Amino acid sequence: MNGTTQSRQKLADTLGHWTLIVAVHLALVLVWHLWVVYGKVPAYVAVGPLATVKSLGEDYNWVHNTLITTYEIFGGYLLGCIVGIGLALLFSWFRTLNKVFMPLVVSLNMIPKVALGPIFIVWFSYGVVPNIIIAFSICFLPILLTTARGFREIDPDLIDLARSVRASRWQLFSKIQLPGALPYVFSGMKVAVVLAVAGAIVGEFISSEEGLGYLMQQVQVTLDTGAMFMAVLLITLIGVVLYGLVLLAERIFVVGDARVE
Amino acid sequence: MSGTASNKPFIRLSGVRKVFRSRGEEFLAVSDATFDVEAGELVSLVGPSGCGKTTLLKIMAGLHPHDGGTVEIGGGEVDFDPGRDVGMVFQQALLLKWRRILENVLLPAEILGLPMAESRERARDLLNMVGLGGFERNYPYELSGGMQQRAAIARALVHDPKLILMDEPFGALDALTREKMNLELLRIWQESRKTILFVTHGIAEAVFLGTRVVVLTSGPARMADMFEVDLAHPRTLDMKTHERFGEYTRRIYKLLGME
Repeated sequence: MNGTTQSRQKLADTLGHWTLIVAVHLALVLVWHLWVVYGKVPAYVAVGPLATVKSLGEDYNWVHNTLITTYEIFGGYLLGCIVGIGLALLFSWFRTLNKVFMPLVVSLNMIPKVALGPIFIVWFSYGVVPNIIIAFSICFLPILLTTARGFREIDPDLIDLARSVRASRWQLFSKIQLPGALPYVFSGMKVAVVLAVAGAIVGEFISSEEGLGYLMQQVQVTLDTGAMFMAVLLITLIGVVLYGLVLLAERIFVVGDARVE
Repeated sequence: MSGTASNKPFIRLSGVRKVFRSRGEEFLAVSDATFDVEAGELVSLVGPSGCGKTTLLKIMAGLHPHDGGTVEIGGGEVDFDPGRDVGMVFQQALLLKWRRILENVLLPAEILGLPMAESRERARDLLNMVGLGGFERNYPYELSGGMQQRAAIARALVHDPKLILMDEPFGALDALTREKMNLELLRIWQESRKTILFVTHGIAEAVFLGTRVVVLTSGPARMADMFEVDLAHPRTLDMKTHERFGEYTRRIYKLLGME
């Protein structure tokens, strides 16, 4: 009895939560619409939600451009996760490596990665690959830093406990360190999503022949504001989808209480 | 406690000494630690912070080398493998947040590679013994501090070690929970027949729990006294008002220069 009331209550809470999320977003769209209609905003400055969606009917190769940008963002992000987590592992396994290279990593982080775009294009020619690399170079650092922190945050008494039964280094790592660091890994991965999106778009702005960032520059020339809005919307959606996937993975791998907000 | 064929104690420490060195300075963490522990005893180690009680515990667990004296564990009629026969409980329960209680208790058995089916059975029995039957599938954050510490005690027992080392295990609990856990520990100790070394800075706690009390003082760290506690078992809370209980605690207060 109590169990069913409880689970029903939980369902109602979840439903209410999602209703609120959808309502807030719809309200924003409504405000946008009212602003454009009643504010007498000229069409080259801003168009309403309807005109924005309508621009999908124009021949801008939307599907292809969206797929290219998605590919760049996801590719750069995945690479960022692999390299970020991999380096954090190496740094935690080899103290000297950490001592020598961590300060370097921190100062390299200060380089505005966007400024490296033109150089990457010289190195890798233009196209999808340099954009993936720009997205990657922007997003791997927060993952590296939070993961490295996660590996450090282990209570020394817990290590003593494991050592008292002579845990091997691998056991210590796989049973205690790695699962203990996961919440930190995910907090870095969440921050990195936004950065990967920004990186890929900047790459497309600098030089490319396809993708939503490229499309934005094309339609800017013709003052097709609706298409520009649509491109921004699609880029945002790609980011939201990626973020959602990361949240989902976090839900699967990290127990509620351990999540780092 | 009972008379045995060989009269060698389970643990014999004599003149144990430990020096930490940092930046060219030496710091004496333990000196003159000399005492015996019989198999099945619960010995309290009491003293202020910095008296080396934790260090002494870690030396016995084989986690720190010592710089002088001898540490002999086992060798009598009890074999002892330091990598297999030690269970530890710390001030924090240190349960792994991502594991359910049963899986937490199983951790030492997993690390030692013990047969899992048997260990699971044993872990369930131990959880029942510490009063956590029915919480096997809960996560640590769903348990109170006292309950988490009970789980930590079950974890220390899961691989059936011969020696349990406890480092202020109830130090982070509120006073009432702590009293309750003291009684629980005595019951668990009598049921499991383990040898327990119990580190605390609680003077009354040390006397109430110990068959024997070792007093350590700080600045410089040394062993100041060791005496048997002549109070009947099972112990009850009203023993704390006994005249003899007061004598024991006064004796410790005096040694710690607090009288």
